[in-house]
Amino acid sequence: MALLEVTGLTGGYGVTDVLHDVSFSVEQGGITTILGANGAGKTSVLRALCGMLRVSGGTIQFASDKLNGRATESIVRLGIGHVPDGRGTFLNLTTEENLRVGAMTRKDKAGISEDFKRVYGYFPRLQERRHQQAGTLSGGEQQMLAISRALMLRPRLLLLDEPSFGLAPLVVQDIFRIMRTINDEQKVAILLVEQNASLALELADSAYLLETGRVVMSGPARELREAESVRRSYLGY
Amino acid sequence: MEAFLHQVFSGLANGAIYASLALALVMIYQSTHHINFAQGEMAMFSTYLAWAMINAGIPYWMAFALTVIASFFIGLTIERVIVRRVADAPVLTLVVVFIALLVILNSITGWIFTYTIKVFPSPFPEQPLFGPYVSSHEAGVVGVSLIVLLLLFLFFRFTSLGLAMRATAENAVSSRLSGIRVGWMLALGWGLAASIGAIAGMMVAPIVYLDPNMMSGILLYGIAAALMGGIDNPFGAVVGGLIVGVLENLMGAYVVGTELKLTVALMLIIGVLIFKPTGLFGRSFVTRV
Repeated sequence: MALLEVTGLTGGYGVTDVLHDVSFSVEQGGITTILGANGAGKTSVLRALCGMLRVSGGTIQFASDKLNGRATESIVRLGIGHVPDGRGTFLNLTTEENLRVGAMTRKDKAGISEDFKRVYGYFPRLQERRHQQAGTLSGGEQQMLAISRALMLRPRLLLLDEPSFGLAPLVVQDIFRIMRTINDEQKVAILLVEQNASLALELADSAYLLETGRVVMSGPARELREAESVRRSYLGY
Repeated sequence: MEAFLHQVFSGLANGAIYASLALALVMIYQSTHHINFAQGEMAMFSTYLAWAMINAGIPYWMAFALTVIASFFIGLTIERVIVRRVADAPVLTLVVVFIALLVILNSITGWIFTYTIKVFPSPFPEQPLFGPYVSSHEAGVVGVSLIVLLLLFLFFRFTSLGLAMRATAENAVSSRLSGIRVGWMLALGWGLAASIGAIAGMMVAPIVYLDPNMMSGILLYGIAAALMGGIDNPFGAVVGGLIVGVLENLMGAYVVGTELKLTVALMLIIGVLIFKPTGLFGRSFVTRV
């Protein structure tokens, strides 16, 4: 059974729907990617999952819980770590405090300090800067921090909103490599929303292509990578 | 010289009170960008509670503690029941709600306790303890304010609830995404602000006497202090409070006379807003596009 099963999701902002009958799933421990151009509705999908978008139709099933109509805080507490677009860094808090905020819902002290070690292991740069104000971190470091903050929740599912956005290619590779590690080691399922289709298709097992709020193509990532139309429009060769 | 020193010290004592009230304002402003005009009247109402308890024979410090706790729950309730519902309303709606709260609290207090001016006791001895320039009450006010500041600092710096409240004040969306119950954090902020205000009220009442309008002037000084320090900066609020207190006293004694003291505060407010809207320590907001 899939960990996340979204069926016929319709919703939007105000009276305008931006998502129309979107269905997709993320397997337990799997990586699913949603591709699409700017404005295709990728970020809106993630917002809808976390109760930050008006949902007018469809169901969002996460393990045994239905997420429709729940408050963001409660959804997160079920084990969904959301790395939002713009990274959502607490600029005035230190790096370490940012991570402590990520672990706010947990009570297991030993587990938390274990996870501190783990994320510092993934991103040694964050450890070096742990007492620094997060606002002084570079874009790449803030992205690492955002991912780490979400990991501190010990999520079962990690939602990533364009982690490559605005970053240097080397940093992006680094981050994608670590996402692979996280998925392997911790069995965290990942839902990745990306514009950078070639990277995303390399990482993911299954992929969905979103255009103006509708799923226009879906299948195993390998198949989409080879599909003529995807190659032309999104991979550029 | 002695008179001057005396003015400075009593300015610092007043300033400590303004600083507390400014801190209460800043606490709410930081997380919601609301300036709670009813902060003063909430403090005044709390002070009446303390007065009623003391009159009923409860020892001063016991009444003090009970008042701080009761005020916390009053603040919390006001946020949950009233402010919550208009949180996303236009600014003018909020201003009207806060002013309505102010008037409602004022008249309810007058109705319950009458408008007759009452004497409110000071917990500190009448004999000056620290030399001739400082009355014990003034020294006590400064001491109590310092303790409050220290406790707040420790709370926000070292507890995880304090961290959650700081996170909420800075970025509510990210806080929600970390599972923090943002609504409760805002309510807690109101509770804490009400408690701090209550302490300010109990400290100022022996000086200005207790009546339903006692805080109207103090609130103006508090707003001046908060603006001067930078409305989003707790440290600035405290420094601003002390500056306003001393300035007000010295101007009153040597320059404009006591009748125009409040005018000084108002001129400060206008001056800061025109020439340095971010205050002495405020951050100017830079948005990356």
